[in-house]
Amino acid sequence: MINLEFIINMISLGSLYAMLALGLVIIYGILRLVNFAYGELIMIGGYTMFLLAGFTPLPWLVVAVLAVAAAMFTSLFTELVAFRPVREKSLTAMLITSFAVSTLLQNSALLIISPRARAVTLPQIFQTSVMIAGTSVPWRNILTIVTSIVMLTLLTLLLRRTVLGIALRAAADNFTMTRMLGVPANTVISAAFAISGIMAGIVSIFWIARSASVTPTIGAPPLLVAFVATVIGGMRSLTGAVVGGFVYAIIISLLGVLLPPELLEFREAFMFAFVIIILLFRPEGLVSSKTSVERVG
Amino acid sequence: MLELNNIHARYGAITALRGVSISISQGELVALLGVNGAGKSTTLASIAGVLRPWQGNILFEGSSILGRSPEQIARRGISLVPEGRDIFPSLTVEENLRLGAFTRSEKTEYRRNLGEIFDLFPVLKERLQQPGGTLSGGEQQQLAIARALMSSPRLLMLDEPSLGLAPALVDQIFELIARLHQSHVTILLVEQNVDRTLEIVDRAYLMNTGLIEGQGTPQQLRTHADIEGIYMGVHRQGNP
Repeated sequence: MINLEFIINMISLGSLYAMLALGLVIIYGILRLVNFAYGELIMIGGYTMFLLAGFTPLPWLVVAVLAVAAAMFTSLFTELVAFRPVREKSLTAMLITSFAVSTLLQNSALLIISPRARAVTLPQIFQTSVMIAGTSVPWRNILTIVTSIVMLTLLTLLLRRTVLGIALRAAADNFTMTRMLGVPANTVISAAFAISGIMAGIVSIFWIARSASVTPTIGAPPLLVAFVATVIGGMRSLTGAVVGGFVYAIIISLLGVLLPPELLEFREAFMFAFVIIILLFRPEGLVSSKTSVERVG
Repeated sequence: MLELNNIHARYGAITALRGVSISISQGELVALLGVNGAGKSTTLASIAGVLRPWQGNILFEGSSILGRSPEQIARRGISLVPEGRDIFPSLTVEENLRLGAFTRSEKTEYRRNLGEIFDLFPVLKERLQQPGGTLSGGEQQQLAIARALMSSPRLLMLDEPSLGLAPALVDQIFELIARLHQSHVTILLVEQNVDRTLEIVDRAYLMNTGLIEGQGTPQQLRTHADIEGIYMGVHRQGNP
C-alpha cells in the first residue's frame, strides 16, 4: 500500500541506490571502465564490520568509519596494483582485470573467513523505529536518507568548489585534454577510486544493516543495482547516477505493491522490462552527460 | 627552444611521421603547412606527449621530453590548443579557465592572467558562469586559446584555430595570434589557411605524407614556384 511508510522506504532505497550508482559511475566517467570489483568493496566493508564489531571493543561509530576506510583503501590498492599496470593497454584488459580482482577478493573471503554467512553486530538504532505522523519508520531508513544527503552535498562541494573536483569533472568530459593541461592522470584516477571506495563503504553499512550478515558473494546484488541504475540515469553523468538510483528504487518499490502476489517473484523481470523501455526512448540514459550543443551565432 | 630530430610516429600500422625534424627559437611564430594527412596534427600530438614516437628525439629548452606524459610536458610549459577546441562542455567558462591554470599554483598569477585574458577576450568575462558547451564556435575557440594562455605557456601550439569559423571570426583569430606573437609568446601554428598564415608567421615548414618537404620565410615560400604549385595553390583561399 502506498502510504508515508512506503514513501520513506522508497526514498531511503533511492538514496542507497544513488550512492551505489555514484561510486560506479565516477570511475566509468573517467576510465570508461565498469568496475566489476565494486561489489567486493561492499563485501570488504561488511567483513570489516563483522571482525571489528564482533571481536574488538571499539565503539560502533569507529567500526563504521573503519569499514568505510577499509573499502576506500581496498579500492585504492586495486587501482594501484591491478588497474594501473594495464591502464595504457586496452579497455578490454581493464575489464578482464576488474573480473579478476572481483574473483580474487571473493575467493579470499571464502578461504580466509567462510563461505557461510557471518552475523554482523549492529547497534540498537538499526533495529528500532520512530513514529512519524502515526507511521512507524525504521531509524535505518532515516539514517540512510540523512547520510546520502550529507554525502551528495559533500561530493557536490568537492566537484564544484575544488580544483581536484573540477579536474574530475573535466576528466569525465575529456581525459586526454585534462592531462594536457597538466592534471596528473594518477591523481585524478586515484581520487575517483577513493570516492568510489568511500561510497561502497558507506553503502556496505546500510546494505548489511538490512540482513545483519555478510557473505563472500554479498557484493553481486548491489553491483547489479548500481549497474542498472547508471544505465537508466546515464553512464557518464553523476547527476544521472543519482536520478537512475531513485528511478530504480521507485520502479522496484511500486512493482512490489502493484503487482499481484503471484507475479511478485517476477518483479526483477518487470523491472528490466521497464529499463528496456526507458533505453528504447533514451538510449544514452535519462540524463545526458554533456552540454555539447554548440550555440549558433 | 624546441627541436624535433628525425621523429617517426605511427597510429597502429599506419605510419604518420617519417623522420620529421623542425626547430623553433624563443619568441618565434612558426607554422606547419600541408594538406590533410600530411602529419601536422600528429607532429603536435607527438610534442604534447599524446602520441609516443618510436624513433627520434624531441628537445625542449635543451632537455629531452620524449616519452614524457602529457601532464609532465604541460608542466614544462607547453600548451596545445587541439583541433576541434576540446573545451570541457559541462564545465563553466570560469572552470575551464581555472583548470587551464592548473600548473600555476599562485593565486596572484592566476588573477593577473585572468585579467589579461579578459582584456584579450572580453566576451568570456560576460559568459563566465555559462557552460562551455553553450558557447558559439568562435567563443569556444577563444575559450580554448584563453585556457591554454592561463598557464603562461613558454610554447603555445595551435592546431587549426580558424577551422569551421565564419570569415569575420577567422580575421579575429589571426589578429589575436599576431598580437600574442608581438607579446613574445612562442607559437607553433598548424593551419590550412595558407595566405593568412604567411601574413603573420616568421617561418613555415611544408609537410607532405609525414615528411618535411621544405621550409623558409613567407617571402621565400611565396616565390618558390614548385612548393606553391604543390602545396599552396589548391589550399589558397579563393582558388578552387
